[in-house]
Amino acid sequence: MEELLQPFFSDDYSWLLYIILAAPPMVFILVYALVTVWTEMKISAHMQDRLAYMYTGPHGVLQPLADILKLIQKENIVPTAANKPLFFLSPFLVFIGTYAGFATLPFSSAYIGSNINLGVFYIIAVTSIVVVGLLMAGWASNNKWSMFGAMRSAGQIISYEIPTALALLVAVMITGSLNLQDIIRFQDGGIQNWVVFGGSVPLVQKLFLIPFTFIAFLIMFIAGIAEVNRTPFDLPEAESELVQGYNTEYSGMKFAIFYLAEYANMYLVSGVAACLFLGGWSSPFGDFMSGPIWGVFWIVLKGYSFVILQIWIRWTLPRLRVDQLMYTSWKVLIPFLFVCVFATGLILVL
Amino acid sequence: MEAVRTYFRDIWKALSSIAIGMNVTIRHVFHPAVTIQYPDVKLKMPERARNRLYVNIDDCIGCDQCALACPVDCISIDTIKATADQDLGATSTGHKKRLHVPKFDIDIAKCCYCGLCVYPCPTECIVMTDVYEFAEYDRHNLIYHYSSMAPEEIEGATAKLKKADEEMAAKKAAAAAAAEAKKAEQPKQGS
Repeated sequence: MEELLQPFFSDDYSWLLYIILAAPPMVFILVYALVTVWTEMKISAHMQDRLAYMYTGPHGVLQPLADILKLIQKENIVPTAANKPLFFLSPFLVFIGTYAGFATLPFSSAYIGSNINLGVFYIIAVTSIVVVGLLMAGWASNNKWSMFGAMRSAGQIISYEIPTALALLVAVMITGSLNLQDIIRFQDGGIQNWVVFGGSVPLVQKLFLIPFTFIAFLIMFIAGIAEVNRTPFDLPEAESELVQGYNTEYSGMKFAIFYLAEYANMYLVSGVAACLFLGGWSSPFGDFMSGPIWGVFWIVLKGYSFVILQIWIRWTLPRLRVDQLMYTSWKVLIPFLFVCVFATGLILVL
Repeated sequence: MEAVRTYFRDIWKALSSIAIGMNVTIRHVFHPAVTIQYPDVKLKMPERARNRLYVNIDDCIGCDQCALACPVDCISIDTIKATADQDLGATSTGHKKRLHVPKFDIDIAKCCYCGLCVYPCPTECIVMTDVYEFAEYDRHNLIYHYSSMAPEEIEGATAKLKKADEEMAAKKAAAAAAAEAKKAEQPKQGS
């Protein structure tokens, strides 16, 4: 896309080109967040045999817009004892951390924010800024609940970065690249070439790889839920214990930005899982329905189905205890992934 | 060895129970909603539901039995006796009305919806209805005035009763005076 637009911009206006190139993920996040807020409320309501929004538009489709309007109008309350600069900065830092991750997330074979060689590594590294933002929010609020929430959040995200990274490593070992476009190109050509089904490797290797890639994929998904702080791993904002966790003191637009970052993060982990294990923008039918435009459809479909799955799990399971959370990460996910990584390496070498 | 077995059994248990739970929730997504869109759709109240009280004041004979039965004293009734020349008519149940009812107030904010006032009413004029939407911005509006008498009517009735009472008292006084006079006369006769 950069090459395509380059001729229209002279060197003096190249900054404008970069802004235009950076805009699509932002537009996507905003539209996607509005849609997902509605979807989540509808799914959760129907799971409880309720109807949810019914008044604003047909089946309440305009309700997210009304919510946004309400949040914009709301008073911006800042606690007297809060650390003001950090308090104002943290929601933006959380969102920036998430949005920066979208830079290397491909949306089609023709569009990727920045086609760098260390794409996967970059996403893991840059999304760690989110932890800083959450800790900052908890600390700056000068509130015990916020502080507890932030501490839990930091502990949780740091613990679950390890299984995420190891699960990504399995896919990276098979595809042999850290560039997300290359990883997807490796899986192009149909459903049988996806990494979750062993990738496009010889059949014998594939048969041995499938159980390990499948486990790695499952763990990637579980750790992804923990990374975005959603039930059953929503300890940082456990309503019954901590009011709202790190965003207890936030109101109005700053709260909305936290919310937006959470939803964007949901899509980010889903998108990365879809790119690494499910072939990203490549069509499951080989050449049929493939191409740059269909690519957008496929990757959004894959990513969004994971978002739906996350919502489904959220409204099914209760919250884990802190010790159970740590047990799951350190004693279950990580040992399993060590086995997966080792076995994948062995199979690929032999 | 046992520990290893427990470890794997726990993992299996976790995964299978998650699957069971998710199966339950997905089935409920396709289950029709059990809730209704309240202000648009309303459930019919049961036949003997006890909600807002209603008094058919035309049938009230002012016997005060409902006010006596009320455990929270939310009913207050005043009555004025009708004079002999007035005919207040009869209730729909055939009871003769002998009292004006200038005041029949129910403080519905106090009412506990027990329905105890309904049973003693001889004319069945106080009933519980199925109306349950009667919120007010000012709680004084929750005191319902059921009496149909205008202030002038009350004044008239009071004046009439007073006059009748005075007449009665005068008559009594006259009778007493007459009796006294008779008494005073009698000893004379006897002597």
